[in-house]
Amino acid sequence: MADVVVEQGQAVRAARARKPTSLRNVLGRKSTVAFFLTLPLILLIALLVLYPAVYSVHLATLNKSMQKFVGFGNFLFLFKRDTFWMVVKQSCIFAVTAVFFKALIGFIVAHFVHNIPAKGQRKWRGMLLVPWVIPPAMSTLAWLWLFDPSYSAFNYTLSFFGIGPINWLGDNVWARFSVILVNIWYGAPFFMIMYLAALKSVPDQLYEAAAIDGANWWQKIWYVTLPMMRNIIAITALFSLIVTFANFDIVRILTSGGPLDQTHIFATWAFKVGIEGSDIPLGASVSLFMVPILAVAAIFILRDVSKRGNEA
Amino acid sequence: MSRKTLTRRQFVAATAMSSAALITAPYVRGAYAAGKISIGFWDHWVPNANDASTAMVKAWGEKEKVEVSIDYITSNNNKIQLTVAAEAQAKSGHDILQMPTWWPHAYSENLEPLNDVMEPLIKQNGDVNGTVKYLGQSGGKWLAVPATPGSQIKGPCTRIDLMKKLAGIDVQEMYPVGGPPKADNWTLDTFLKAAEACQKGGFPFGIGLGETTDSVDTAGAIFQSFGAELVNAKGEVTVKTDAVRQALEYYKKLIAFLPPDAPSWDDASNNKWLISGRGAMILNPPSAWAVAKRDAPQVAEQCWTHGFPAGPKGRFAPYLPYFWGLWSFSKNKEAAKSLLTYLSQPSSIEKFVAASGGYDLPAYANMTTLKTWQEEGPPKGTLYHYPNPYNHQTLSIAASPAPPKIAQQIYFQATLTKMALRHAQGEKMEATLAWAEGECEGFMRS
Repeated sequence: MADVVVEQGQAVRAARARKPTSLRNVLGRKSTVAFFLTLPLILLIALLVLYPAVYSVHLATLNKSMQKFVGFGNFLFLFKRDTFWMVVKQSCIFAVTAVFFKALIGFIVAHFVHNIPAKGQRKWRGMLLVPWVIPPAMSTLAWLWLFDPSYSAFNYTLSFFGIGPINWLGDNVWARFSVILVNIWYGAPFFMIMYLAALKSVPDQLYEAAAIDGANWWQKIWYVTLPMMRNIIAITALFSLIVTFANFDIVRILTSGGPLDQTHIFATWAFKVGIEGSDIPLGASVSLFMVPILAVAAIFILRDVSKRGNEA
Repeated sequence: MSRKTLTRRQFVAATAMSSAALITAPYVRGAYAAGKISIGFWDHWVPNANDASTAMVKAWGEKEKVEVSIDYITSNNNKIQLTVAAEAQAKSGHDILQMPTWWPHAYSENLEPLNDVMEPLIKQNGDVNGTVKYLGQSGGKWLAVPATPGSQIKGPCTRIDLMKKLAGIDVQEMYPVGGPPKADNWTLDTFLKAAEACQKGGFPFGIGLGETTDSVDTAGAIFQSFGAELVNAKGEVTVKTDAVRQALEYYKKLIAFLPPDAPSWDDASNNKWLISGRGAMILNPPSAWAVAKRDAPQVAEQCWTHGFPAGPKGRFAPYLPYFWGLWSFSKNKEAAKSLLTYLSQPSSIEKFVAASGGYDLPAYANMTTLKTWQEEGPPKGTLYHYPNPYNHQTLSIAASPAPPKIAQQIYFQATLTKMALRHAQGEKMEATLAWAEGECEGFMRS
């Protein structure tokens, strides 16, 4: 902040004294140099993020054969389709349930790992991160085999207890359960590692003070750990919500949206409509519908984070 | 400063030489005098089948002095469809691109008309079936040339032993090698009874009820066997008809005899079902049999590929042709047309069929009795009736005869299997029909 004030003052003085050298002053500013240094990255983001985003907005305003501008016509069409609203509902159930359980499991496991003696902790951290580092398409294929109703290890194991066979991917309820389960399995390690980092930054003195005040373990978590981790929890949840909402590979590989469209989420249905159905504008509209939902979530979560930041 | 003057004689000689060089230049042929083209083939799943395509294209390129580059694009996870969409959008890419079923219509605005290629080919190789015309033509204009690689019929592939033992049906007698089918009694009613018998015997028919093409193709053929159309050729919604009701009632009975996990099946599930020895029949091209030859030879030697059962309105078999489309933005259309003609010659077709072990099907009437299908085995002659040599069944695609752009939506949204499943799971007939009607109305967008 101080830099800016000083430089603004200099700029004003320079403008008064020697007008022709103002360009030199502009180029000499730290902010200008910083801008030029970040320019390659800005251009890269514009090319790889901004251009596709703007282009998808453009596509969403065209008719099916992409020859006519229809404005919001595609969205109005979607609003009248029952399947679309089913996809909206399912995407919300999928994302919210998966993020909630990922956060819960990540929180619990992070505590376990935090309490392991430092010597053996690295091994556990590494092992618990494995689901997150395997490419999801690969690990989901393994899950597909595990869920196979005819030959799977799950049903084989359950048969020893007189249970099943469970139609994991062929029954509406079980299919939803299965896709959410795989997403939790894949994403929980990310929460675990973030929460573990947050836990390590909580000063021990706070726990010692709480112990002197007679706090039990639950009160320590509620009054010390959680308030100290709130921002990390919020940011991680937001990040995961965005990624989970936009998930494609898990559902595509496990169920392709079936049975009876009961596991379709935005990305898989957009692919079905846009690529398989050759209706790219409608597919673009479906995927763009995620934006307002995620924007609302982002505004609430980030507002809360910045409020707490200001309070601090 | 010296200045060299040009005499009148020198000027005339130089002009004459330059003119001669300019006139004769096009006739001096270098190694690639006729330019370059690129072709995107479907990446064949049969090992070494791509080699045959490469050899043919190379031979043509050398003969015609054209530099050809070839890419093999997999259909796994719709990669080939994505390539078609991307190239159409970018108006750049291959000159010729192989595209499945609905894609010539979907991108008809970007395809070069190929009547001048197709008309002589039909004269030479015989007529093409109705589904090829339905998918490859628009307003009398050929949008693409039917490709032999990848084109397939998804008829029954039956276990000879299990069908005989459990259902009392001898499929080899019904579809004998070297002779016409004796399949008058091979009807949907017989099929249903056989499905029940095999299910009770512990070897259910492996028919999927998912949203991928194998499930949809079977549903399409059964619906057509009852004359059931969701949208007619004029583009009118015709869901609430007796024919559709009959097809759904039939499916409800059939689903009771299918594996309970059939709603989650994809295109690999039925193959696994047959190869693992758990089922008495699947509806698939002979790819499952070909894999069984390698992985489960005792299963393969009991497999027989044959015709579809007949319904009240005829005998329909699911047929999925591939096409070669020539982009209108291609820079060497004449060379591309020459290559397409070459790839559709009887000698080329024979090579494609042989290289794929009989999997690939030519679209032309005179090309359904090649040696490969007579000789492939074990058991010898198992593929004899695969290419429909006696035309005893109508080759069709699900959702036809609706206008292709609407039919494509019905096909990929798997409306037919969803209807069958909804009704079989207890939804009332009229509720299922109302749902399907709403879906079809949504597919009318243009």
